[in-house]
Amino acid sequence: MDYTNKGNKATKTGFGEGVRAAAENDKRVIGLGADITASVGMNLFADAFPERFFSLGIAEQDGVAVAAGLALSGKVPVFSTYGVFTAHRANDQIRISLCYNNVHAIIGGAHSGVSVGPDGATHQALEDIATMRVLPNMTVISPCDATQARIAVQKAIACSCGPVYIRFGREAIPDFTDESQDFTIGKGQVIRHGTDITIVATGHEVWHSLIAADALEKQGLSVRIINMHTIKPLDNDILLKAATETQMIFTAEEHQVSGGLGSAVAECLSEMHPTRIVRIGVNDRFGESGQADELMHSFGLDADGIKNKILGTIKKLTVLK
Amino acid sequence: MNDLKAIAKHIRTSILTMLTEAGSGHLGGSLDLVDIFTVLYFSHLRHNPQHPDWIDRDKVILSIGHTAPVLYATLAAAGYFPESELSTLRKKGSRLQGHPSYEFKLPGLESCSGSLGQGLGVSLGMALAAKIDQRSNRIFCIMGDGELQEGSVWESAMAATHHKIDNLCAIIDRNRLQIDGGTEKVMAIDPLKDKWIAFGWHVIEIDGHDLEQIKMALQLADAHKEQPTAIIADTVMGKGVKSIENDNKWHGKVPDKMQLEAFIKELY
Repeated sequence: MDYTNKGNKATKTGFGEGVRAAAENDKRVIGLGADITASVGMNLFADAFPERFFSLGIAEQDGVAVAAGLALSGKVPVFSTYGVFTAHRANDQIRISLCYNNVHAIIGGAHSGVSVGPDGATHQALEDIATMRVLPNMTVISPCDATQARIAVQKAIACSCGPVYIRFGREAIPDFTDESQDFTIGKGQVIRHGTDITIVATGHEVWHSLIAADALEKQGLSVRIINMHTIKPLDNDILLKAATETQMIFTAEEHQVSGGLGSAVAECLSEMHPTRIVRIGVNDRFGESGQADELMHSFGLDADGIKNKILGTIKKLTVLK
Repeated sequence: MNDLKAIAKHIRTSILTMLTEAGSGHLGGSLDLVDIFTVLYFSHLRHNPQHPDWIDRDKVILSIGHTAPVLYATLAAAGYFPESELSTLRKKGSRLQGHPSYEFKLPGLESCSGSLGQGLGVSLGMALAAKIDQRSNRIFCIMGDGELQEGSVWESAMAATHHKIDNLCAIIDRNRLQIDGGTEKVMAIDPLKDKWIAFGWHVIEIDGHDLEQIKMALQLADAHKEQPTAIIADTVMGKGVKSIENDNKWHGKVPDKMQLEAFIKELY
């Protein structure tokens, strides 16, 4: 399948562009800031619509509660800060004021994954998918590039589907998906066809999986890739099809392997179609400081890491004839 | 005023009755908020029980969700739903959940609550929405004094002042009691007035059982511009039933059938 990098761009920029684009036609959109407005891409909205942007300071619990009050009044608030501060610091506000009220609000989780880099573990969200996807009424989206982030947030704002958590990253990464892509919340995308194994990837791991798949192809392994941009609701059908048509499932995420995409896929397939699943991600440890690519490599999350994990597993299991 | 007194007595009777029927719940705080709720719903608020979604209505957010009985009894007395429904409190399938639930679409309920420290932020969001739309809705947030120990309250207090949200009024139920004992012993919150002033609020202190004072304070809050208002209402936990007043063991306790009769007789 054809995929080319249109140029590196951070998903946070796509997010900010998407909020701004949605706000042009939708007066309900209100932006809330928690001091790091530019760092999470929300400056694009704040500059375009200053009368609809409200600074709330470094106070994430208030930020989520205010979002709930706005949403209960018919607005579509977008409150974005680092994922560690929304999904963790303000978790109870998200649970009760947003999810239990089941109001339509967009919560951004920026700085996801170890690719945040030099800031280190405190600022690298590695457990946010886990804490968000277990909440009733919550939708969890993790776009793979800036284009998809832009489309995802516009769809999320338009969807009237209760609270939505959108996860995105800091680093400029390849922007490779089509403007005209078929993006439906809750429907995964097969972005590479293959018949031996399937990689179910999300966020930054999608591009790395594509590179890994090309390398594996050269070694005779046909790899299907599913871009699981929505982690909740999970696309069970696309997983069931992959489990039926390929021999093994790998999951790839810049997140703890426990509680995240890997767990979600395992939960689904163990009930519907027991399949061997190997989860690639962060293994029960915190991140650390370093350059993004350096960390992605040392955590085994870059294309090399994914490829080696897959080859190692297959060797061990001798699935490959 | 005599009418309001009669209504307050009626609401207290409902609270005692529904909690006895439920067999669990929070009596003390529910009773001490009755006078404030009576003035709000029967004298002050712009609202229409026949049209709970009326866009220009004033809103009450009960941040202390455990005192749900006073909200339910008042909403029923005001005509939002039949008073006969009060006997379903805390029962399976009831719209009157132990702590207010938005999921059950109870007419007149504006938000769920129960986890302390969130109501002021939710109220701020609602007040902000009204400002954005240039509507005149007023938002009243009912808070407990023990609740003020939650740090999130002060995040919201700071933000309301920063954005000059003057259509927001926090009413603090200052009964000086929480589950472990007196608030000043568990975690001191005094000097309370000074704290709210330091956070930029317009502060009014009243006797939370004096209907005239409550009325006056609400009018002052409405008239005050550029700042949110905090009404610190001195109250007596369990107010109205002499034998349980100021006794924090009635925070989360309910009467049995024998006590119910005696308590209703005691109501003044």
